[in-house]
Parts: sequence; C-alpha cells; structure tokens
Amino acid sequence: MENSGKVLEVDNLQVGLNNREQPQLLLENIHLTLEKGSILGLVGESGSGKSLTCNAILQLLNPRQMAVSGSVRLHGRELTSLPDKEMRRIRGREIGCIMQNPMNAFTPVYTIGSQFMETLRTHYPNLSKAQAREQAISALADMNLPEPSRLMKCYPFQLSGGMLQRVMIAISMCLRPALVIADEPTTALDVVNQLRVLRELHRLRTECGTAILLISHDLGVISQLADEVAVMQQGRIVEQAEVHQLFNHPAHAYTQTLLNARPLTALSGSRHAAKQK
Amino acid sequence: MIGYIGKRMLSVIPIIFVATLVMFALIHISPVDPAEAYLTAAHIYPTEEVLEQKRHEFGLDQPLLTQYLHMVGRMATLDFGTSYLTNQPVWTEVAARLPATVELALWSMLFAAVVSIPLGIAAAVYRNSWIDMLSRCISYLGASMPQFWLGYLLIFFFSVKLDWLPVEGRGTWQNLVLPVITLSLVLIAVYTRLLRTSVLEQMQQTYVQYARVRGLRERMIMLKHVLRMSMMPLISGMGINLGKLLTGTIIVEQVFSWPGFGRYFVDAIFNRDIPVIQCYVFFAACLFILCNLLVDLVQLYMDPRISSKGRAEH
Amino acid sequence: MIHTWRSAFRGQYAILICSIIIALFFIVALLAPWIAPHSPIKVDLLQKLKGPSMDHWLGTDHLGRDNLTRVLYGARISLGFATMIFLSSLLIGILVGSVSGYIGGWVDSILMRLCEGIMAFPNLVLVLGIVGIFGPGLMQVLLALMLVQWVYYARICRNMVVSLKERHFIAAARISGSSSWKIIRRHIIPNVQRPIIVIGTLEMGWAIMDISALSFLGLGVQPPNAEWGAMIHEGTSYIRSHPELMIYPGILILIVVITFNILGEALSERYGVTRR
Repeated sequence: MENSGKVLEVDNLQVGLNNREQPQLLLENIHLTLEKGSILGLVGESGSGKSLTCNAILQLLNPRQMAVSGSVRLHGRELTSLPDKEMRRIRGREIGCIMQNPMNAFTPVYTIGSQFMETLRTHYPNLSKAQAREQAISALADMNLPEPSRLMKCYPFQLSGGMLQRVMIAISMCLRPALVIADEPTTALDVVNQLRVLRELHRLRTECGTAILLISHDLGVISQLADEVAVMQQGRIVEQAEVHQLFNHPAHAYTQTLLNARPLTALSGSRHAAKQK
Repeated sequence: MIGYIGKRMLSVIPIIFVATLVMFALIHISPVDPAEAYLTAAHIYPTEEVLEQKRHEFGLDQPLLTQYLHMVGRMATLDFGTSYLTNQPVWTEVAARLPATVELALWSMLFAAVVSIPLGIAAAVYRNSWIDMLSRCISYLGASMPQFWLGYLLIFFFSVKLDWLPVEGRGTWQNLVLPVITLSLVLIAVYTRLLRTSVLEQMQQTYVQYARVRGLRERMIMLKHVLRMSMMPLISGMGINLGKLLTGTIIVEQVFSWPGFGRYFVDAIFNRDIPVIQCYVFFAACLFILCNLLVDLVQLYMDPRISSKGRAEH
Repeated sequence: MIHTWRSAFRGQYAILICSIIIALFFIVALLAPWIAPHSPIKVDLLQKLKGPSMDHWLGTDHLGRDNLTRVLYGARISLGFATMIFLSSLLIGILVGSVSGYIGGWVDSILMRLCEGIMAFPNLVLVLGIVGIFGPGLMQVLLALMLVQWVYYARICRNMVVSLKERHFIAAARISGSSSWKIIRRHIIPNVQRPIIVIGTLEMGWAIMDISALSFLGLGVQPPNAEWGAMIHEGTSYIRSHPELMIYPGILILIVVITFNILGEALSERYGVTRR
C-alpha cells in the first residue's frame, strides 16, 4: 500500500458549503502530490482557497458546515475516513503545521515552555516533564533562538512574531513529522525575520527530509524555497509546474497576471540574498 | 508589579473616604433625631432638657467637622454606635448575625459555580441544542423571577406538599438547601450566559485552532485553554454579582427567616434604627470596594499581559 | 457573531410579540377600573377564601376581595409607578448628563464617577438605605428608585454630548446659527434614543421587580392597596391552604418582567447597544 517516496497525495479534493439552498463549491478538483523532502508551493491571492486546502488536509473542517469529498492520503493512508481520535494523533506528529498568525497562535496565559511541553507529552505520553523540557530547549536552540531556557518561561506576548514563528517550527521539528504545512509563514513578519524563518524551513527539508506544503501569496518566498508550484484561483488549481518552468514560462493567463503583479526589484534582491547564504 | 498592586490598594482609600462622607451626610439629612430615638427606645420620655443633654452627650452640638472626625475615628475601631432599639453596640449585634449571612452567601456562590460552569460550557459547545435552550430559559427565568416568590414556591413544594425540607430557620444542612437554591438562581442565570458567550468567543480564536493543529486532545483544549481564557470576563463581572448576592441575602433571609445581617437590616429600617442602617450600608460599600480590588488583583494574576510592560523582544 | 436568518427573524418576531404583550398590559392597567368585576379593596368576609367561580374567576383572598380584580389593579400600580420612575429619572438623567457633558472639566469627572459608583453598587441596597434614612413610605420608595435609575440615562446623554462636542458638531451648528433647542433636536435626540429605549425597557422590568420586592418587604405600597408584591406577602400566610393567593401575582410579575427582559435584549441586539 505504501507508495515509497510519496508523502502526501490529494486526489480530487472537493469542498462545498452545506447550504441546502445554494450548493456552493469552495474547492474543486484539487490534485496535489508531495514527495519526501520536496517543497510544493501553493500560490494565489487571498480567498483563492489556499488556507481551506490546508484545513481540508488536516480534516479540520466542520462537517456540519462543509461537505468534503475526495481523497487525502498520507503515506498511502486515507485520512478522510479516519475517526477523530486517529486523526488527532496524526496532527502534529505526522503532519505539522505552521500558522499564519504567530502572535495569536499560542494561548496568552500559558508560557511558551508549558505549551511546548504539553504538545510533546500529548504525543509521547511516556515523556517525563524533565525530558520534555530538555527536548524543547534543544529544539529552540536548534532554531537559533536566543537563550532557550529563558524563552521557555516567556509568555507569547513577550516574543515577536518572528520568534513565535520559529517556535512553531521548533515544535514541528521536535515531533519529526513527515509533512509540514506552512500557511503563510512569512506574511506577518519583517524582512529580517522572514529570512530567518525561510532558512529554518530550508533546514527542515535538508536535515530531516520533511516534505513541505508551502502556502503563500508572496511569490518571492515561493521562488526561493519551492521545487514545484501550484497556482490557485477561486478554489481551483489552474496551473502546476516545476518552479523555474512556472516562473519563466507560465502557461496560464492567471499565472502571468500574478507574475506581472510582483515588484521585480524586491524579488531579484531577496533571491540574491538567499543564494548568498 | 508590586507598584501596580500598591497603587491599586492606595486608590481604595479615597473611595472609602467618600463613602464615609456620604454616610455622614445621610445621617444629618435624616429627619430622625438620634437623641430622641435613643430616648424613645430606652423608654425615657424625651423632654427638652433630657433631649438637650442627650444631644450634648452624642456630640451633636459640636461643629460638623469634629463630629465627622469622631465618626471616622469610631468606625476605624468598629464602633458604629449603639442600636436605637436595644441600646447594645451595633457591632456586637452585627457580628452575631454575620456568620449566618456569610454561610448562606458562600454556599450559594459554590452552588452557582458548580451548576453554571458545566451548563455554560455545554451551552457553548452544543450551541443551539436543547441544552443551550435550557440554559437560555434558566437565564431568563433567573433574571425575571422575583426571588421572594421563588423562595415561597420552593417552600410550598418541598416543605408544605412534600415535607422533605424545613420551612425556615437555620440549623442543619436541610435548612440550607432551599435558601441556597433560591439565592443562587439569579447568579446561575448570569454566569451561565456570561460563560457561554465567553466560551463561544474563545472557541473562535486562533490559539484554539493551533491547539487542534498541534494534536492536543479536544477535552484538554476546552478545559485547560478555553476555560481559563473564558473565566477572565467572568471574574471582572464579579462586582455586579456581589451586588446581586447582597440583595439576594436581604430577600432570602426574609423569606426563610434566616437569622443573618440582611434580615437585621430590614428590621432596622422598620424600627428606624439608624446606626444599624448606617452600618449595613457602609459595610456593603466596603465589601464592594474590597471585592473590586480583589477582582483586579486576581485578574492580574490570571492574565500576565496586564501587569508586565510587555515589550516584545527581537 | 454569526447572524443566521433564523436568529434575525426570531429577533424581529420577539420584538413584535413582546411589544404587543406589554401594550396589552398597559391597556389592561389603564382600563382596570372599568373592566375589573369587583372592587380591589372592599372587604367582604363572607366571601373569604373562596375558590374560582363564575363570579370570581380567580377566587377570593383572605378578606373576601376578588383576586382577579386585585391582580388587574396590581398591574396598574406596578406599570404606573414604573413608568413614573422611568420618566422622571429620564428627565433628570438627560438634564444632568447633557449639562455635565457640555461643561466638561472636573464637574463632569466628579458627576461621572458618582454615576459609575451608583451604577455599580447594588440597587436594592441603596434604595433600602435611602428608605431607611428617610423612612418607609411610598413616596420615599419612588424617590429612591428614581435616584438610582437616572444615572444610566445621564451617562448616555453625557457620552453623546461629549462625542458631539469633540466632533465640533455643536460648534458648527452654533456657527451656522442653530439655537440650542434645534441642536438638541437634530443631533442629540436621534443619537440617544436607541440606547435610551434599550436601557429604558430593561429598567422598567427591573423597576417592577424592585417595587414588588420592596412592597413584599412591607416598605413600598401599603395594604390595602393591591400591589403584586404586597399580595404575595399577604398570601404567604395562607400558603398551606390557599397557595394560589401567592401564586397568581407572582406569575404576573414573572410574565411582565420576562417580557421586558426579552424585549430589552432583542432591542439591544437589533440596535447593537450594550447595556449596563
């Protein structure tokens, strides 16, 4: 059953609103595959369905409001038919996720450390508190975050967006998932922190062989990291190609529009900077 | 942080000061003459000379400022004067009755918490289900039903008809049941709604989504993260609920002949026993102020964002 | 907040139904002397404690008075006084609030602090305190209730005046030659009427509760007047044999107050006003 190398396979994913009056399709005909260690970029404007796809893969859509059909397979295992309990175990441990809004992603009244540790101990119940703390600290250090043991005692509001984003990556790395979904990981950040985050994502791929589904509306980010790119428009994938192919010879008119819309100087500048690392 | 606490505690002082001013003003506006009331209660005929003498004794002929300072000084030592009715020091009478009221209040708060927390959470999680409708009904009923009527209804069913519980008075746990239920209904009404709204709001937040994404168990998310965050508006609303609790004790003590401070207060109103009235209102004001202070401090503890300067680190 | 069609519909529905019910109560209260079958205070010991009959639909009380009549007159008293309190506290509130907002400065600060203090402090305790100091009696009770209600309207008006001041509405209107009355009519009233309606509705309900509570305690309406709270008080002596004496007035208080509460909440949702 295991297709070696293929981490994620999404076939004919369709999501519609459960509106009896007007059945409305939010996502249509989504086909995606991710191999081990590869990065697939998902591009599109706001509202094109990128985040929805991410939620659909994680089975986080409310069945009372959304009707989901199609197949989502992780290492050949069908996720859409899994019971909630099983899916919960997969989330975090086999599919990691880095969210758009790092400032609000953590519960404000608990320290980073306690939230990190609770995640570790949920997935590995036999881990003692001390062990969990050690792992957390080393993961934070791995992310090049300053003073990890002190960071553990900080509350989310005391850290910047960039640091919180890297904490999220650290949590993901600790659990060693096969797939990480990065939903607009750089949107809320300034340029310096953007580079840091991208660097860590790159390391994730090279050092751990993690497959990454990179969702962004920022073409610069996509061009730096992705191997393949899929372009979404209004709930459909209108073009999917290898990154250089897409950027240099876009096949679909919409892709061309997106490419035209970006500020060229910023793109070439940051690309240059990434190459220099 | 200590600075914040210190500042908060200091700000209480001017408010208490204003409360004493109001107390003083009210006593002097009141048409009741303390000397006359005292004499009447002591069954001494209030002739002019005796009245003058008593007024002098009470210091009523001294300048207002002196009287005020004396009053504040006495209050600081819990001397609220003597009851016009019994000529006993007010504070001894009050102290004898206070435990009964405190007992009633504490049990009611506990009961209200035990009922409203699960109900509120359930109403939020199972939104628009029968349990949500039930909680809504209870809220409206609790807010609209006259407490004294509810008390008598309960007495009618459980004491008169079924004879399960005693009608009135204080003694065993059976005496507590009906008064506590009556008093707590209005609290349950408020808390359930508040909690429901709060939980619903929290469930929309990003951190809940991220918690799911991380793979945390749903129960842990609700009980550890959402509940903790939902409690905060409840705590800041405590002040209003103290008010309801206070009002409730007055009425419930009357219905169930519960020998507490509230009942004493009502009796004093009928007897025009001004010192007792004064003591009650001042006591209520202080309780209120202290409660608000406590609420602020608890909020400080529960929400680390409030106290610290919160400079983001880069 | 997710506004589904159902909830919006229900909101409108609720407003309509509640308004009709309240209007009915007012009509009954006004017409009580004409539609009531008997006298509310005339004692007839031969008829005492009789059950429901053709002559007395709800039976009689311990003094032979017709329960139905007393209940109808009770509506008159409760609604009448509540309206009185509402109107007088509204007037005072608008006056004080507008003046306070207009003058600004430390006068405004002190007044608003006072309002906040009164608003936060439990109503009934304050009322009882005032009644205690000035003596039990209907006038004192009404005065006391009015004194605790005006603050809500004062705050609304004050906030409105301040915001208008800040947006230079008043200055602009002055410059263009409008008189104060016109300013009030065109700018202030339309903006404050919604919060006032919402709070007024809720306060009416609470006023009725407070009046009945005070009468129950023996401090407000005195016997032989037919007031719901007082009737409950009298009825409790007969709780063993004739519980209905206590039940009828209570049910009515419940219905009236719950209607005001539902209406108030529906209006507050509709107008987007937060209360208290």
